[in-house]
Amino acid sequence: MTTLKRFLSRNKPLVGLIVLMAAVAVMSPSFMTVDNLLNILRQTSINAVIAVGMTYVILSGGIDLSVGSVLAFCGAVCAWLVAGDLSIWLAIPLSLLLGAGLGAINGVVIGTGGVQPFVATLVAMTMLRGATLVFTDGRPITTGTGAAADAFWSVGGGYLLGIPVPVVVAAAVFAVCGLILTRTRFGRYTYAVGGNEVVARLSGIRVNLEKTTIYALSGLLAALAGVILTARLESAQPTAGAGYELDAIAAVVVGGTSLSGGKGTLFGTLVGALIIGVLNNALNLMDVSSYYQMIAKGAVILLAVLADSRKSP
Amino acid sequence: MDSQSGFLLDLQGVGKGFNGVTVLDGVDFRLRAGEVMALIGENGAGKSTLMRIVTGIVQPDSASAMMFRGQPVRFAAPRQAIDAGIAMIHQELNLLPHLSVADNIWLGREPRNRLGLIDRGRMRREAKALLERLRQTIDPDCPVGSLSVGQQQMVEIARALSLNAELIVMDEPTDALTDVETAVLFEVIRGLKADGKGIVYISHRLGEIFALCDSVTVLRDGHMVHRGAVADLDEAALIRHMVGRSITDQYPYLSCPAGSERLTVEGLSADGVNDVSFTAAGGEILGFAGLMGAGRTELGKAIFGASRLRAGSVRVDGAEVRLRHPRDGVAAGIAYVPEDRKAEGLIQGHSIRTNMSLAALKQLCGPGGVVRQTDERSAVDRFMAAFAVKAHGIGAEVRTLSGGNQQKISLAKALMLSPKVVILDEPTRGVDVGARREIYGLINDLKAKGLCILLMSSDMPELLGLSDRILVMAGGRITGRFGRDEATQEKIMACAIG
Repeated sequence: MTTLKRFLSRNKPLVGLIVLMAAVAVMSPSFMTVDNLLNILRQTSINAVIAVGMTYVILSGGIDLSVGSVLAFCGAVCAWLVAGDLSIWLAIPLSLLLGAGLGAINGVVIGTGGVQPFVATLVAMTMLRGATLVFTDGRPITTGTGAAADAFWSVGGGYLLGIPVPVVVAAAVFAVCGLILTRTRFGRYTYAVGGNEVVARLSGIRVNLEKTTIYALSGLLAALAGVILTARLESAQPTAGAGYELDAIAAVVVGGTSLSGGKGTLFGTLVGALIIGVLNNALNLMDVSSYYQMIAKGAVILLAVLADSRKSP
Repeated sequence: MDSQSGFLLDLQGVGKGFNGVTVLDGVDFRLRAGEVMALIGENGAGKSTLMRIVTGIVQPDSASAMMFRGQPVRFAAPRQAIDAGIAMIHQELNLLPHLSVADNIWLGREPRNRLGLIDRGRMRREAKALLERLRQTIDPDCPVGSLSVGQQQMVEIARALSLNAELIVMDEPTDALTDVETAVLFEVIRGLKADGKGIVYISHRLGEIFALCDSVTVLRDGHMVHRGAVADLDEAALIRHMVGRSITDQYPYLSCPAGSERLTVEGLSADGVNDVSFTAAGGEILGFAGLMGAGRTELGKAIFGASRLRAGSVRVDGAEVRLRHPRDGVAAGIAYVPEDRKAEGLIQGHSIRTNMSLAALKQLCGPGGVVRQTDERSAVDRFMAAFAVKAHGIGAEVRTLSGGNQQKISLAKALMLSPKVVILDEPTRGVDVGARREIYGLINDLKAKGLCILLMSSDMPELLGLSDRILVMAGGRITGRFGRDEATQEKIMACAIG
């Protein structure tokens, strides 16, 4: 019994999620249906994918405010390629590569350039949003009616073995990135850079290269989220992704990862993203206005951070 | 000041435990005004906990009596201890580097003028007066961060005086001081003593205790095992009380057959290093002496690849090494153990396991960079056993370990690379005498295995005791070279001053 107690005290976010789900199930009978739960998963998957990249960035002691703009820009480029009837087997990887490249630029500016992550990614966020508006001429880019567009739609709206494709993608991203973080040298180096950069360097780690790779990963995952969203809507909106960085950061923080770096898990981020997803869904089911939803979300994030006593002063 | 007992501070029967572990058990501690009381004990003996009780940071679980200036006291918060006249100067100084000396001294208690605004003139004047009492000519407007560590300490003492402290606790005050600054500090302490202040002096440097202190209290495993005048003891007896056994041969020297040349440094110039050339052989301990800022750490970092070379070359086992980054040093078989284990050696919030394997991770990985966890675990376990590290498993956070144990982890981390050359920068700083002895044994083991060891140390007896040869540095250059038999403290100091 004590091992269970210990597990629960070390996984406070998970306890929070279970309690939240139980409370909502009591208050709203339509919550605990397969349809609704799948809905939650599908709607959470975009934020979840971004949050994986954000977890890496925050673990390394940084922050990435540009993810929303990367999502929009890469989503727009993808829509444009698909509308031009480029095969999705080329359009999607190219869009992901673009995202990785943009992220890598962030990484170089932050690592070699020595610019603070907050500033560097804030600038990127602004410039990329501008670039998106320029590229889209301020209007949505629809994927059209070609063969590529039909194939593309299934990425956002299709099902694999009864599970929505975005959910499958998000699950795969969590699984792969989770294994990388816990089992590989790259994962250990990520924690080390966030734990103490000087120690990391003196241990032979090429800190700047690590940072570039981490931000490139964040960019790639933001681009992936953009591809999924664009596929679902069958168009790229110039305003897509605005504010998504905050939801991603919220998922990471609620999941127990410290903003100062070096401590946290991807499992925590998964739980954090689900808490936010369940909360959004619950407030919708209960017909609460979206204005109140923002207040509720903020309150939950604050509670989650206060409750996680692992954060010592 | 003191009435019945005649003691400035009188604690009796103090007990304290954390999480079910007894840290202090029935400890008596007292000193008089005008007395310098040394408080010594191994790491984990309870010294810091006792002082935290005295300064109000922590409350005792039990105490049959707690008297200060003849009155019974109970400090529920540090503020109350400060108001009562007790000040503590921590090992890690509590100063704000961007603020001036005067600002730091008066922080939170700035004198106001009639308009309620801060009276800068008065602050400056009174700060200057306090510093003059300590015979210091530090400019009160100077930002504290630009002062030397010794001067910063004087600012802390000035602040303690401005608080009208009657009892001043000093925790390892000479750790980061040069010999000259230490002498100045001792003069200041003697002056405070003459003024009737009581001083608690915590230090691992037993020589200082005999030079400065009147009495000594020894803690071991949470008990007070000895209290008395310093004059009644010698160093061997002091160590016996601290450790509970005799340590013969504090600085064991191991004579090894001369090996082949392993490290060749020619004309090395870098930040803080000026045209340094020397060679070192396998199975040899090459000591580096010098004052703080002489360039020893800078030299060690340059050889390792942590700082850029402006000129010169480094050869390991005959092969030249291109040094642009620490990973070049690691790849060449050079290991560097930094002098500041808290900030540069170990990631405090991470586990023993991840810390120890960090530098050698490449060797512990398979294809795709996947870490071979069983190999890692057995390597870490092996070092834990060989170094006799006391901890609750390899998953324990490094920050929970004592200084001596942390230093062992730092050393193990370097050795996991199976290096050819090991650079040790102040390997026993802040480590108690028992753990020191163990670390010296480990260093000698490395020597016996044919490793080439560069030992940088400000601890003269340690350097003289262990080294085969000693190089002295000053201003980034080598100013003296001595063999083991001809080296003396005086000769080394003469070269160190330049």
